[in-house]
Amino acid sequence: MLGRVSRRGILATGAATLAAPALAPGAHAQGSAARIGLILPLTGPFASTGRQVEAAVRLYLRQNGESFGGRRVELLVRDDTGTAPEVTRRLAQELVVREKVRALAGFGLTPLAFAAAPVATEAKVPMVVMAAATSAIVQRSPYILRTSFTLPQVTAPIAEWALKDGIRNAATLVTDFAPGLDAERVFKERFTAGGGQIPLELRTPLRNPDYAPFLQRVRDAKPQALFIFVPSGEGAAVMKQFAERGLPEAGVRLIGTGDVVDDDILNDMGRPALGAVTSHHYSAAHDSAENKAYVAAFTAAHPNMRPNFMSVGGWDGMHLIAEGLKATNGAGEGEALLNAMKGRSWTSPRGPVTIDANTRDIVQDVYIRRVEERGGQFWNIEFDRLPQVRDPGT
Amino acid sequence: MRLALEAGFWLLALASYWLLPDQLPLLSQIAIGALFVLSLDLLVGYAGVLTLGHAAFFGLGAYAAGILAQQGWGEPLSGLLLAAVLSALLGLLTAPLVLRGGDLPALMVTLGLSLMLGEAANKLPGLTGGADGLLGVEIWPIFGLFRFDLYGHTAFFYSLAVLFLLFLLARLITAAPFGLALRGIRGNARRMPALGTPVRARLVAVYALAAAYAGVAGALLAQTTQFVSLDVLSFQRSAEGLLMLVLGGLGALYGAMIGAAAFTFAHHVLSEMSPLFWQFWIGLALVALALAGRGGLLGLGAAALRRWRA
Amino acid sequence: MLTVLVDGIASGMLLFVLAVGLSVTLGLMNFVNLAHGAFGMAGGYVCVVLLNRHGLPFPLCLLAAAVFAAVLGLVLERLLYRRLYGRDHLDQVLFSIGLVFIAGAAVDWLMGARQQLITLPAWLSGRVELGFVGIGVYRLFLIALCGIIVLALHLGLVRTRFGSRLRAAVDDAVVARGLGIPVERLFAVTFALGSGLAGLGGALGVEVLGLDPTFPLKYMVYFLIVVAVGGANTVLGPFLAALLLGVVDVAGKYYVPQLGAFAIYTAMVVLLILRPQGLLAKAAAR
Repeated sequence: MLGRVSRRGILATGAATLAAPALAPGAHAQGSAARIGLILPLTGPFASTGRQVEAAVRLYLRQNGESFGGRRVELLVRDDTGTAPEVTRRLAQELVVREKVRALAGFGLTPLAFAAAPVATEAKVPMVVMAAATSAIVQRSPYILRTSFTLPQVTAPIAEWALKDGIRNAATLVTDFAPGLDAERVFKERFTAGGGQIPLELRTPLRNPDYAPFLQRVRDAKPQALFIFVPSGEGAAVMKQFAERGLPEAGVRLIGTGDVVDDDILNDMGRPALGAVTSHHYSAAHDSAENKAYVAAFTAAHPNMRPNFMSVGGWDGMHLIAEGLKATNGAGEGEALLNAMKGRSWTSPRGPVTIDANTRDIVQDVYIRRVEERGGQFWNIEFDRLPQVRDPGT
Repeated sequence: MRLALEAGFWLLALASYWLLPDQLPLLSQIAIGALFVLSLDLLVGYAGVLTLGHAAFFGLGAYAAGILAQQGWGEPLSGLLLAAVLSALLGLLTAPLVLRGGDLPALMVTLGLSLMLGEAANKLPGLTGGADGLLGVEIWPIFGLFRFDLYGHTAFFYSLAVLFLLFLLARLITAAPFGLALRGIRGNARRMPALGTPVRARLVAVYALAAAYAGVAGALLAQTTQFVSLDVLSFQRSAEGLLMLVLGGLGALYGAMIGAAAFTFAHHVLSEMSPLFWQFWIGLALVALALAGRGGLLGLGAAALRRWRA
Repeated sequence: MLTVLVDGIASGMLLFVLAVGLSVTLGLMNFVNLAHGAFGMAGGYVCVVLLNRHGLPFPLCLLAAAVFAAVLGLVLERLLYRRLYGRDHLDQVLFSIGLVFIAGAAVDWLMGARQQLITLPAWLSGRVELGFVGIGVYRLFLIALCGIIVLALHLGLVRTRFGSRLRAAVDDAVVARGLGIPVERLFAVTFALGSGLAGLGGALGVEVLGLDPTFPLKYMVYFLIVVAVGGANTVLGPFLAALLLGVVDVAGKYYVPQLGAFAIYTAMVVLLILRPQGLLAKAAAR
């Protein structure tokens, strides 16, 4: 018995090592396909982000016929596990050097985008950031374009709204990395400039956070509202503790950027999320024909998922690349492709968007939304809109 | 025969440059991983000291080289040296805490120390860049001649050369009385003093040596990728190193390097074929190998060789 | 202040239920089972599926989670683990890490990568006001349930025939076998029990610790700390260690959030240096 197992063991590992050289040198002939390298966290703690973006990109290709400007698009998907920037960088390097990709895309978190940026610059390959949201990312390389959002962009509106709604005293709770610090800084600036006070500023660690002690401190400080930013997927844990700690009963309102009421898990959060007011660029409940079609197609392809703001970044990123290819008759590479993508405007499922020709960053509507129950499901219902918001800069 | 095999190994390593010309970044990463596992092998395989926190030294080396370059001194070799010295110092400092006896306490103290260091790096964003990583690392050309290029030519030769030199050194050390004393300690630590071996001093020395090796590996990673993130100090890195070591075969320098190459390669190929579920196949291979259990890949290879000859 | 203490105790107790099986496998069978968290994960997912998709009552889900994890543990012990008893620790590490990878990928394939959430029944949610402090009902429930389990385990090990046989087998398996104690079967049952408790802990922890395919890796370090600090071979050692860990962790985050996880790592290293064989080493040696 043991002998058989061991032989199988040899076979398994042998096959793995043998397969490597055979696959290695670009197995297919180059053909005429335009290759796009999609680097995402598909396993590990930030896998949900990667899955959403990947699903949207594939959906786009399925719905729009995979050929743009007479050029078929071939997607190469790579997993960077979300926590290892040097892997992201190596994958970017490989995709450029070995697979000769026309564009790099994806990038789930800020450090991962930072690490890959020099590759884009040196190789002169456009890099479409579909998820990471620190303001400074687009400055790391002249080849970076962004189709997600920036935290200052979506944070400023909620600070203004809170002031308008009579909130004068708010605590902040953000995740301790660049996007969180962006959010904290912008909220503080806007909120205090309008006469608000911030009695308590809390930062939670990026990895393995436990929100209970932090929220207990908020409860003990009793502000009128708590501003929250946490990465996509973490919202549920915060929301649970927010309710369990009895913050609503203590009169603390929950406000924040839309990350905390991520559509992907909003339904599972249930009642505790009701009434949370957030500002963001996308809600699955956005009222437009484009979005209805998008949500319907997405949920048809993935019955257990609801598209969230990460997915729409992937969808629009793929659209941007496709439009760039079309505009260059499928021949665009490097600088030419980059220029063809700059300055483009279109109607996304989230509403009208533009990639600013100078900053290469996205300009979009930002909505103020409230979590409500509609037909047994929970949605972020938009009730106010700030048209064409730019990143206020660093 | 043995010499031919050894020469063949290094020729193959060098030839991979021409065999896989567009996989150079991966090959550099394998060389760096091999150096890290080599360092673990000195400690775990030869001296029998268990550790789950070896990434502490790897990470310290990476940050040392990275910060040196970021502050304006991008000369690569001095970066390696600084990393080696600092890591060895940390090794000397922590050795007394780790070598207090017992496998489990050693595992957990090393783990705890590496976690503390990771948390410290996380909490000092002014120095390390915190969770965003260390930006602005610029490495000068090696000897002022060879620039680190996008295709990874320089990085490949640089990593391989450092690995080769440090391997030679390790080979000398393990074959010398020092190395024999280590094996003796691993075999029976109580009897060694009777032979006149100062057990503790030997262990402290090998601990510092392994730390320096790991520091150099970390510095190589920082220099070839020109980026450092908290991940260099992570528990996963320590555990993965141990995994590669057991996979390749303990107590044999080639086992360490083969383990690193096999694991990194398998990981790479599998995650390319199945970006979502590659962990499943890696896991399956590990379980199968553990059940087979004949001293890792090297042991299996040796067994196969014996059978073939018989 | 009191709220922080209760939170710490609750999370410590939960940690104990999750980790006690690991201390059993390590102490009794000298097996380094890094895949222990996978049984917790299995229990968690069973609970989520039964509760969310089939609407079973929460206590029933807990029971099912424990039973499922126990059976899974028994099957794996008989099929795989058994073969690695007495082998090198590093082989066991290789094997159990492999299992963790497989478990994570399998769960991901079946259930997806996102966080799983449950909604607690009404009688367990909300908080009660005790004097002037408010305490979450679920935390109190955790403390009560885990307290019962600790007591049962302790009494079981000290008072029952099973317990005394087990202790005998641990002290000297050869002699125990010679006395006619079915050591093999004893180990299998103990392994199943430990896995079942982990499954229960995983199910209880969905609400507090969260649940996704990275669960076994994410909490492996915590489990190891509990076992190492507590010392193997006893129930009370790991229990005290878990409590200490829970309280120090929660209090550290509340009072000095700047330090982050520094508090618990430092505490662990100091404890291990002072007491390398575990908190209750002396008591156990007697």
